[in-house]
Amino acid sequence: MIHPIPSGTRDVLPQETGEVRAITDTLRRVFDRHRYGEIYTPALEYEAVLARADMDEARPAYRVFDETGAVLVLRSDMTVPIARVVATRYAESSVPLRFCYFAHTYRGVRPQRGQLREMLQAGVELIGSPAPEGTAEALTVLSAALDAVGLKDFRIGVGDASLFPALMESLNVDEAAREGLLEALVRRDFVELDMRLREAGVAGEAAELLLDVPQRRGGPELLADAPGPAGEAVVGMRRVYELLADDVAERVIFDLGLVRNIGYYTGAVFEVYDPAIGAPIGGGGRYDDLLGRFGRKLPAVGFALFVDSLHQALAGEERGTGVALAGAPAGGSRGSLAVRAADSSDGAR
Amino acid sequence: MTPTHGLTIAVPRGALFDGTVDLLETLGLDTRELRTNDRKLLFEEIGVITMRPSDVPTYVEAGAADIGVTGKDVLLEQLAQRAGEHGRDVYELLDLGFGRCTMVLASKAASGADGADPALESLRRLGVMRVATKYPRIAARHLEETGRQGEIVEVKGSVELAPLTGMVDAIVDLTATGTTLRENNLVVREEIVLCTARLIANPVAHKLKAAAIDALVSQLRAMPAVGVR
Repeated sequence: MIHPIPSGTRDVLPQETGEVRAITDTLRRVFDRHRYGEIYTPALEYEAVLARADMDEARPAYRVFDETGAVLVLRSDMTVPIARVVATRYAESSVPLRFCYFAHTYRGVRPQRGQLREMLQAGVELIGSPAPEGTAEALTVLSAALDAVGLKDFRIGVGDASLFPALMESLNVDEAAREGLLEALVRRDFVELDMRLREAGVAGEAAELLLDVPQRRGGPELLADAPGPAGEAVVGMRRVYELLADDVAERVIFDLGLVRNIGYYTGAVFEVYDPAIGAPIGGGGRYDDLLGRFGRKLPAVGFALFVDSLHQALAGEERGTGVALAGAPAGGSRGSLAVRAADSSDGAR
Repeated sequence: MTPTHGLTIAVPRGALFDGTVDLLETLGLDTRELRTNDRKLLFEEIGVITMRPSDVPTYVEAGAADIGVTGKDVLLEQLAQRAGEHGRDVYELLDLGFGRCTMVLASKAASGADGADPALESLRRLGVMRVATKYPRIAARHLEETGRQGEIVEVKGSVELAPLTGMVDAIVDLTATGTTLRENNLVVREEIVLCTARLIANPVAHKLKAAAIDALVSQLRAMPAVGVR
């Protein structure tokens, strides 16, 4: 008998579980070495509590009612639940606080390449450590974690969520047009960005800058000749870069157009890339206002790795599909023959 | 290194094919085999793969091609339908200017003395407008944005047939010259959006192959036909 499971969810059988477990065990050791304590939070939360955060596209999609009629949601990330935990359980504790997690999150995506509705994330949150030190620490842990699992060719894109809004502010872009411009940039639709700039009556040098700056990406030399209006964000990026050890710094690609589609990011934002897979395998950034919304004003930074994507990237690198940037299907070639034999002996398809 | 800087390019077969190949030729790519062999799909030596236009975003999103050319109609159709839902994760870098078409809503030319648009009449009397289209999401979004209730009938072949048989009141389709519509006694009632060929990129390639993509984009941008600065 074939019994279906909901679209965007998966069963994970012993072969794959073994490979995924090897990855998460390694990540856990790295997080532990950097003194990040692992925590669990409930998969179900009160909608009203999570709604304190501005999540945009990452907002919870699944709702249920409990016996009292309260609306519960399946968490869509771990950053917001951890902000809740900090405000509630660590209201008086000294900072910085360091947490890591391995948890499933739930999003209402249209399931297609690598986008699951139930997604295993592995990540850390560093609470109470401002930029640039906190940001540099997060990047260091991220890079160490990816090195430890054996990913070879990864790069970390680093941008700043405040850069483009600051640029629009300094160039006196009509306030009514700003949201639309930012939205076009989030989608990296540069044709629409150009069109909307013209509609908003932005012309000449201002338009050139707003169209050109977010397309700049590359090494630290990029920061040297960034235009004045982008100054503050760029100075911040440079400070972070100066704090990084060489082996971390060489993984960083600066990307002045990087804007993640989650509203709570305030400063530095990251995205993790590997040539073996066509989509980011993780991301993160600073969220200096989020904790305040839960009642304890603290600067914070964190990242999450998408464990299944990371697994695919590792398998892709091993099979050498990286060069053409071809994606690898789930279930790689990393397992030993013994594990594979055990898998087939239990008759799983 | 190829004139396209070692990038893999997804090229659409069909209406946008000639324009795309012309562009690649101007960049210095040897396109002779590409033009003559319409059975072959993979032209590894020049870094080109060919496919139907609606598949271009799929290959580019997956990273099987670094960049690609496809119509704005295809991109709009594959966009997220609602907030919170993901569309195709590709970057749109340039309006290439060619392949100009308009997405229109058309219905039968009035036959009776009243001269009424059958679609509006249906909406007025029955409260709903039946629309046949190959672009169900664009059509649904257009009706929603203009505050009308519609019933979308998805067809794969000649859309013009649907209103002529009385199956639907109107169609949403792409038209370049309007000839096919006129020949089938259909009248453009509303222009929804102007569509041209666009250059799209894979998000990861956009970072990891930044120099190659930027070089190609600035070469293309320097061409007079390409619409954007």
